[in-house]
Amino acid sequence: MGMLKVGIGWVTALILLTAFGCGSKGSIHSQVLTIAGSTSVQPFAEKLAEIYMDIDPKFIINVQGGGSTAGIKACREKAAQIGTSSRALHKDEEDLSKIIIAKDGIAVIVHPTNPVKDISLEQLQGIFSGKIRSWARLGWDDKPIYFVNREEGSGTRDAFESLVMNKMEISDEALVQDSNGSVREIIANNPQSIGYISFGIINHQVKPLAVNSIIPDLQTIKSNRYTLTRPFIFVSPSKPTALASRFIDFVLSKEGQEILEKEGLVGVR
Amino acid sequence: MKEKVIEKILTLLAFSAISILLLITAFIFKEGFPLILKAGINDFLFSAKWAPTKGHFGILSMVISSLAVTFGSIVMGVPLALACAITLAEFCPPRLLVFLKPTIELLAGIPSVVFGFLGVILLVPLIREYLGGPGLSLLAASIILAIMILPTITSISIDAIQAVPLLYKEGALAMGATHWQAIRLVILPAARSGVVTAIILGMARAIGETMAVIMVAGNALKIPVSILDPVRTLTSTIALEMGYSAGDHRTALFAAGIILFIFIMGLNILANALMRKK
Repeated sequence: MGMLKVGIGWVTALILLTAFGCGSKGSIHSQVLTIAGSTSVQPFAEKLAEIYMDIDPKFIINVQGGGSTAGIKACREKAAQIGTSSRALHKDEEDLSKIIIAKDGIAVIVHPTNPVKDISLEQLQGIFSGKIRSWARLGWDDKPIYFVNREEGSGTRDAFESLVMNKMEISDEALVQDSNGSVREIIANNPQSIGYISFGIINHQVKPLAVNSIIPDLQTIKSNRYTLTRPFIFVSPSKPTALASRFIDFVLSKEGQEILEKEGLVGVR
Repeated sequence: MKEKVIEKILTLLAFSAISILLLITAFIFKEGFPLILKAGINDFLFSAKWAPTKGHFGILSMVISSLAVTFGSIVMGVPLALACAITLAEFCPPRLLVFLKPTIELLAGIPSVVFGFLGVILLVPLIREYLGGPGLSLLAASIILAIMILPTITSISIDAIQAVPLLYKEGALAMGATHWQAIRLVILPAARSGVVTAIILGMARAIGETMAVIMVAGNALKIPVSILDPVRTLTSTIALEMGYSAGDHRTALFAAGIILFIFIMGLNILANALMRKK
């Protein structure tokens, strides 16, 4: 899907380039904005870029993946005007200016018939590292736990590892799926399974657990009270280019935030 | 004159198809081979620790899973396919055969994602409820693959059986053999190389299948110890992780592709050699 979107983006960009680019010779280069970084932010940045390019057809926005660290590096090396990150910045990255554009909660989900309602970070760590193997340890029957992980390289997995696992490794017994949707599908079909997905993807087929007694919802994610919350950040050099700041203003505007909320994120306004 | 031109054009087209194959081969090796050297052939082939973003590139568990899934599908698929081929070639009235053979070949045209979907909806819950485990398992993948390789093995086997000269059969019957004895003792041995070729082509299809396997196999990286354990094949890994891979992770997937390529090439060469022997 991502590839398809990029493809469509490119075609649109090319059409726009031929249709509008010819008239304003010379200014074409200054109209291209490159955004690179987190693969979790990528689909949202693509969506925003697509809509913004409709509003302002002279603008060409090129969205790339690569991961948060690579995005921040690209921004520092001026390979991209905006770097995106789905984790808080490290100490040595704080010289760059950062704007939190939205927040995402990582919801821990189980089957609706599962009586467990609350899970602690330690229990979650125990399950995913393969130490807690029975639901009895969480106050249900003595049934095996099947835990679902995301594939290597996924931004959501990266965030889960840093927020939950605390340098411990996720056991290789984990089932692996390559999208939020297919993780949800497994959980919805197997009463003994547990997994994690983006907050925006939850539906009636699955039940989100409270983590350390706090249920993920718009308020608890916005205020960071829900532990498994990650910021989606745009990073730019201390003085962003005119193009970059125009796009950032759009993202932070009422319209931009509404788009993000519609796509399942929690806005920051 | 005109004939010559058309001949040249056809030759050119044939060579372009072959050159594409060569190009793909060269590309896979160029991309993947440096990583095998970098990781060390031992650590690449004989380590089961796969965490390419953290510098571990062991594909042992995937190789084992790929082989196990293929073996499982052969064990279940071959008896079925052979029984089917013998029935259709020997016991079935010719008018019915004209209708049944294309039907079985049609099975090969069903997209693999449909098989995978059926597996997830029907097979996986059955395995989970009656046999235990997460349902997504080596067994589920083997059963789905067994169905998928059925048409390949059946139709090539039918051709092999029908290619046995009628004289053999008549001779056997004249010696007092029953129909079944003639099949078991004369026709099948005579058709052996064709049947074995069919099985090998079926194996190549099974080891290369991706979508259906991803959907029903569970994709856990652990080396399976039971048929109810989830497994991750080589093809699944490539398809699952290519989306967000970069740098060494990406080349590691190409390296896994090299191993897969070697497996499939080996099976095809074997199949070709057997066919020629006949």
